[in-house]
Amino acid sequence: MKIRPITTLAATLMLTTTMASAQDLRIGLAEDPDILDPDQSRTFVGRIVYASVCDKLVDITPDLEIIPMLATGWTWSDDGMTMTMTLRDDVTFHDGEPFNAEAVAYNINRSKTLDESRRKSEVASISGTNVVDDTTIEIMLSNPDATLLAQFADRSGMMVSPKAAEEMGLEFGAAPVCAGPYSFTERVQQDRIVLTKYADYYNADNFAFDSVTFLPITDDTVRLANLRAGDVDMIERLAATDVASVSADDNLQLEQAVSLGYQGLTVNVANGEKAGGPFGSDKRVRQALSMAIDREIINQVVFEGAFAAGNQPYPPTSPWYNSDIPVPARDVEGAIALLAEAGVENPTVEIQVSTNPVAQQVVQVVQAMASEAGITVNVVAKEFATLLSEQSAGNYEISQVGWSGRVDPDGNIHQFVTCEGGINDSKYCNPEIDNLLNAARTSNDPATRKESYDAALAILNDDKPLIYLYHQTWIWALSDAISGYTPYPDGMIRLSGVTKSE
Amino acid sequence: MLSFIGHRLLVAIPTILLISVLVFFLQKLLPGDPVLALAGEDRNPEILEYLREKYRLNDPLYLQYFHWIGNALRGDLGISLRTQQPVLTLLAQKLPVTLQLATMALIIAVVIGIPAGILSAYHKGTWIDWLANVVALSGLSVPNFWLGIMMILLVSVKLGWLPASGYQPFSEDPLQSIRTMLMPAFVLGTGLAATLMRHTRSAMLGVLQSDYVRTARAKGLSEKVVVIRHALRNALVPVVTVITLLFGELLAGAVLTEQIFTIPGFGKLVVDAVFNRDYAVVQGIVLCTAIAFVLMNILSDALYRVLNPKMSDR
Repeated sequence: MKIRPITTLAATLMLTTTMASAQDLRIGLAEDPDILDPDQSRTFVGRIVYASVCDKLVDITPDLEIIPMLATGWTWSDDGMTMTMTLRDDVTFHDGEPFNAEAVAYNINRSKTLDESRRKSEVASISGTNVVDDTTIEIMLSNPDATLLAQFADRSGMMVSPKAAEEMGLEFGAAPVCAGPYSFTERVQQDRIVLTKYADYYNADNFAFDSVTFLPITDDTVRLANLRAGDVDMIERLAATDVASVSADDNLQLEQAVSLGYQGLTVNVANGEKAGGPFGSDKRVRQALSMAIDREIINQVVFEGAFAAGNQPYPPTSPWYNSDIPVPARDVEGAIALLAEAGVENPTVEIQVSTNPVAQQVVQVVQAMASEAGITVNVVAKEFATLLSEQSAGNYEISQVGWSGRVDPDGNIHQFVTCEGGINDSKYCNPEIDNLLNAARTSNDPATRKESYDAALAILNDDKPLIYLYHQTWIWALSDAISGYTPYPDGMIRLSGVTKSE
Repeated sequence: MLSFIGHRLLVAIPTILLISVLVFFLQKLLPGDPVLALAGEDRNPEILEYLREKYRLNDPLYLQYFHWIGNALRGDLGISLRTQQPVLTLLAQKLPVTLQLATMALIIAVVIGIPAGILSAYHKGTWIDWLANVVALSGLSVPNFWLGIMMILLVSVKLGWLPASGYQPFSEDPLQSIRTMLMPAFVLGTGLAATLMRHTRSAMLGVLQSDYVRTARAKGLSEKVVVIRHALRNALVPVVTVITLLFGELLAGAVLTEQIFTIPGFGKLVVDAVFNRDYAVVQGIVLCTAIAFVLMNILSDALYRVLNPKMSDR
């Protein structure tokens, strides 16, 4: 008789505990995302939010393999002109609308035709779609495109609810309706984005949190202070200079992944008058500058060794890296000899860099190292929007810029060095490079593609329109209460399997 | 009084128009193409052209101005290029946040600055005066961003008393709202407290040496009554004027404070908008701030007349 009340009490307590433990995960972001519409969005940080809201047709593994997500499989026609994709049949959008082949067709069309779409170039090769049945769609191409699947692993593959997209038009980004594990609840500009768990998500068991709150905290020190104070559970883009102090803190843990992108020096070789100097006109002078630089020293001095030295558009950890051209050691003597051969022993060059203090430090280290080879570097800091316009207008000699990186190697190289490349601010043009990179784009055989990229990189390494310097490492700092977090090279925060102990 | 205010409002119209012209054209002088910042990393030319057309950036500057000011007069300040939200909505969201911060900072400044000024004037030349001056000077000299970060590290990280940053609307949770705003308001308020202290001190010094204070003392009134009831009252007149003027300074100081404490107010909005070349937002904010400033000035002139009726007969 006595046992029953106790059991009831215990049961009540347990129930209260379960009810009270509605768990919220709070994530500190380094920036405030832009508009939350996968077709209109353009910032890296926005994609971190999508990773919990908008499922994609396919996803990647930490090793960059492409795996099914909303699509269950895909096959290519022999001529590489048609992709047949099969889809999950148990998915609904957050507004309850079904996800099916019609929805995929709608989404592809939206990416291609919405005036405001920033995805047009990513899906340009798609000429049409054919809905075979609810779970099968054929995607027809105007030319073979090996990069398409990787595009579907990013914003072009994020599926939005056709009904909501039609109803909301350009305002869709104010309250996105997708098919991810969390649905959009609320956003206060520059303050927070709140998501709530979507109960009907097909894989809901793998997502532990009832809600997720993203808090943009732009100052690195303050973001870390919030984590230490327990106001957030994890933060992204921890400053490299804070790695040591976080490692020493028993209450915190670190996760890292080398990013897909790069940072380097873009040399103006044919973009207007400013290309006329020794650096624009003679590849030996560019080679000398590259030889004068110790990339590992940049990494040690500016990033305390947390990043990765690099000399190609993708990091040494990438399967696409050309291992015949390893990161070179510094060779000041060689640089001096090359300059003498080129007949310009003490060249002067202006390097423009964004006002970001870290980027400026990088260029200052370059400046110091170049001076030992007799090269005078003048550093000019410009605010980022200005830097970009000067760069596209050709009003620069060398520009320190980078690229956030794409899953497919094509995204890191083609548009920068092909003659008609959309962001070829260097205006480097070499028909051989165009042939090789176009061939790599159209083949679906990884080995063939690798051969083309290796050949192209050998030429680019000699011509040096871009001098690659290093690859950023994504660094997350987490409270030690969090477990199950997997870092990905695309810098996204995937919450599948992540839990928090109370 | 009404005709005075009406007259001042009429005079304010050309001022505000002039400001609108300045804001618009100065901003266009900024290097950097807003469309490049908006088009996305791959800068697709098709998108660039579409955005230029959409936001009328291909029109001559004067046409762009007339289009903007015409819409503004009808209450439409345009939409944010970055987030597609109407600028007016953004302003309405951010204004209460910054007002709350500014008000709390002002309260802190008054609570610290005025008593410190009184004490320092009353105990002129003693260690109390000296101490108050040192504190006031350091309040003026310590930069906000440094004090902010130090306070976060001490109060939030070490002691865990207050949240490190963020914002909670007052209407949703008043207590939490005050807790999140306390540190930023303190950081913002200390600088102003120093200014207020200096003003109160000099005003009090003048008044304490005046004849009527000596008379009050001679009547045998207690020191407390002499200082608080008689001296302070008169000393406060210039101090009140300083406070209304300080409100403008507060809004400017909020830019930095909001950045450090991640408070989604006016200041943070304008900084992000400038960096993203979000023209419509910058123009909207500056225009609103200018109008508020002009109104504040009119109000302070009117207040002056209420406090000191001699001012009315010009």
